[in-house]
Amino acid sequence: MEAVGRLTDVRRQDSAAAWSVDFKWIIVGASLALVAWLALVPLFFLLWQSLFSPQAAATPAVFTLENFRTAYGSIETLRLFANSMQFAAGAGLLALVVGTFFAWVNERTNTPCKALFYGMAIIPLVIPSILFTVSWILLASPKIGILNHLLQSWLGIDGPVFNVYSMAGMIWVDGLHYSPMAFLLMTAAFRAMDPALEESAMTSGASIVQTAVRVTLKLAWPAVLAALLILFVRAIESFEVPALLGLPAGIEVYTSAIYQAIHQYPSRVGLASAYAVTLLLITSFGIYLQTRFASHVGRYATVTGKGFRPRVVDLGRWRHVTLGLFVVYFLVVVVLPFLVLLWSSLQRYYSAPSLAALHNLTFDSYRAVLAYPAFSTAVWNSIMLSLGSATVIMLTTSVISWIVVKTRLPGRWLIDNLASLPLVFPGLVLGLSVMICYLYVGPAIYGTIWIMLIAYVTRFLPYGMRYNTTSMLQVHKELEESAAVCGASWSMTFRRIILPLLKPGLIAGWIYVVIVSVRELSSSILLYSPGSEVVSIMIWELWQNGQYVELSALGVMLIVVLFCFVMLAQVAGRRFGVAEA
Amino acid sequence: MLIVKSLHTEYANGRAPVVKAAQDVSFEVPEGTLFTLLGPSGCGKTTTLRSIAGLEKPTSGEIRIAGDVVYSSDGNIFVAPNRRNFGMVFQSYAIWPHMNVFDNAAFPLQVRRNGPSRKEIADKVTRVLAAVGLDQLAGREATKLSGGQQQRLALARALVMEPRLLLLDEPLSNLDAKLRERMRFELKRLQRDLRLTTVYVTHDQSEALALSHQIAVMNEGRVVQIGSPRDIYERPRDRFVADFVGNTNFLRGAVIATDGGDGATVSTALGEWRVHCARRLQLSDAVVVSVRPEDVELTEQAPVHGDGDNVCAGIVDAKVFLGDFVDFQVKVADSVLLARVHPSLRTPVGDPIHVRMKAEKCIALPDEAARIAA
Repeated sequence: MEAVGRLTDVRRQDSAAAWSVDFKWIIVGASLALVAWLALVPLFFLLWQSLFSPQAAATPAVFTLENFRTAYGSIETLRLFANSMQFAAGAGLLALVVGTFFAWVNERTNTPCKALFYGMAIIPLVIPSILFTVSWILLASPKIGILNHLLQSWLGIDGPVFNVYSMAGMIWVDGLHYSPMAFLLMTAAFRAMDPALEESAMTSGASIVQTAVRVTLKLAWPAVLAALLILFVRAIESFEVPALLGLPAGIEVYTSAIYQAIHQYPSRVGLASAYAVTLLLITSFGIYLQTRFASHVGRYATVTGKGFRPRVVDLGRWRHVTLGLFVVYFLVVVVLPFLVLLWSSLQRYYSAPSLAALHNLTFDSYRAVLAYPAFSTAVWNSIMLSLGSATVIMLTTSVISWIVVKTRLPGRWLIDNLASLPLVFPGLVLGLSVMICYLYVGPAIYGTIWIMLIAYVTRFLPYGMRYNTTSMLQVHKELEESAAVCGASWSMTFRRIILPLLKPGLIAGWIYVVIVSVRELSSSILLYSPGSEVVSIMIWELWQNGQYVELSALGVMLIVVLFCFVMLAQVAGRRFGVAEA
Repeated sequence: MLIVKSLHTEYANGRAPVVKAAQDVSFEVPEGTLFTLLGPSGCGKTTTLRSIAGLEKPTSGEIRIAGDVVYSSDGNIFVAPNRRNFGMVFQSYAIWPHMNVFDNAAFPLQVRRNGPSRKEIADKVTRVLAAVGLDQLAGREATKLSGGQQQRLALARALVMEPRLLLLDEPLSNLDAKLRERMRFELKRLQRDLRLTTVYVTHDQSEALALSHQIAVMNEGRVVQIGSPRDIYERPRDRFVADFVGNTNFLRGAVIATDGGDGATVSTALGEWRVHCARRLQLSDAVVVSVRPEDVELTEQAPVHGDGDNVCAGIVDAKVFLGDFVDFQVKVADSVLLARVHPSLRTPVGDPIHVRMKAEKCIALPDEAARIAA
């Protein structure tokens, strides 16, 4: 009797086991299909569009090299290429130099208030690129720039001192905007370096500067190159600065050329695609080189000890100078841009700060913005899109990083690369590809909020991947095996063991994706239509209409909200965090 | 009872040649006994244990527990680990850091299909936590436990599911020496009290000897010898087992006479010795003779020659005082013998000393090295 009972029991268990295995592979398969679709299909349509004439009701698409001929057939091509390179290299270098200097000061010297400054490095993240650019126009444009006004009256000179509508202006604004990123990258590089190597240089009699240049920087060289390439790629992808500062001065780079090609009448999607393909080649090459250099970084990273704190360099009286530089930097990157937006938002018509203008302060612009019918739509769309894309991305990439890190599935390197592929897509190129793709295939989502969700999810997938992979690597495989031995199915293990253990990384990544989604402009600008605009698009439109004070009001509100969100998230992260290593 | 039959596990390792982690591993574990897989790292013991748990899929073979087949390459059966109902304690303990002590122990019951009610779970968990002495800490965060407490919790989590089989993967290796000793006794007591069929994996021979009913010594993926702790220690079947389990002296020699049974006479550098044969030996076979240091008796006076014991004379070369005993290195001819004796022997270094070894403590093992050389 008992034997029979056991036999049937075993059979029931077997069918249940088969079911749970199936369920696991369904989830895995769905995640893979999603990633492959998101990363590859738009790319295919972009290539296709660049090689075919536009398809219309009467005329089928035919193969043509016309787009590339137009794109490369003139001397303009060379100028476009040279401009892009000059801009990206300049901005990347500026960001790197500034970021590396402050990272060194912060990590390796006894400058006062260091902890505070490291904490502040996250603040520039909450100022979207378009607002940063606009604020620098308000600060340094030849006609209305506050800095120009001040310097003119102090120095008693005519004519502007700064002209932000120039290549130098573009490099300055974009370089500053990416310098906090360089700061974080280089801080990580310095932290990975064995301070004993520097200390032995000091005991050999080298001065601070000699040590910094001949040992510290030499050792950090692969990391420096990797950081420079990332910054270069980010700069060549940036759209806001070239559009707002470059186009008025007649300086075109690839991103602004793509935008122009689409926004002329009739729009030339094929030509834009041809530019986009070139840009994509440049960024792919940059990212490829970057991963090559980054893989060399580990060779020098010799520190694995726990709780170690490198000895810091005593700067003596110079530490007040470095502190001063820090304060100036913070003013230039955060305080000045925010203050100028705040000032402008309190005006009725834009005017430079003066005693007379001080009497005209008003909240009219805030009232005006809040009263716009488009305002609530845009806010709602932004919230839905950022929360939606962050959630989809973090959940999908948690499964994918599980496959990549925890399984021995053949071809998992391919999945890893697919999920990281969107890293090479500039926002504008991605927007273009997604636009073309869903014009031809898939559900009729063109012009809705859904196509923007797809673009956001694709664009920020690599960030989710990075956060989740990092945390996944720290989850000991026995933690999940013990759950299996305890009788938990795969989905149960994933839900009750893996996801909770990933929580610190999940939350951090989720917050990050929410923020970058709210800031997102360059993909949205090709995909929105009335009804599906987001906050960043609204800022863009206000700029196009010349409504500076309303723009400033909206910008100030956005920055304050993002800032509160980041602070809340930091506090929450500290409370929920499961022993962050 | 557990039956493992000719288990093979291989890993395809990219382009590198196949890694043979376990080869032809077979053993039986009778109901209620503790069976140890002992061997150096990389010998395949953990792979075998993980195959039993279902965490690895073997290449071929069969695993049965109380008549149920959980793995069979012929029958194409592989029961997933979560359907086997085996308790397992991992080397890292694998305590989930995001749960407290109670939740960790309750997890196996909570995830069970048609599992017990909330109240039953609470009862069972409380009982099992009391059994391992953690009932006072039920509400504590798992991350706030000491190493020993984590180990107990891991054990409680394995026991709470009333497993058909308990699997222990080096459960004591992460504890400090004192605690390890204590947990060894507790583990033995629990296993004997609950009469749990247990498979224990360790590389620590003293742990294996102290805990097991039976030991399988593994090397390079194969089981070399299976036997009781005393068998393994006193009657090793080959040089590897003698060397791995405990300390020993090795002396090369050749068989010059056999008595038809277990006894034989071997000529060594230290003279002709009467020895015990682990396997049947032929005349003029090359052998190594293994003598445990504690079986090497030292005296300052020449022993009365009798009983057929092996004797020789040497000089004290070095000695190490270890508290409860003293290790002597005695130089005899060109060889050095290690002897472990009572600290009352105080012969100074450089003085002559006499050595005596009982014939049944001198184990002649086939000399693989000599055979390969030939």
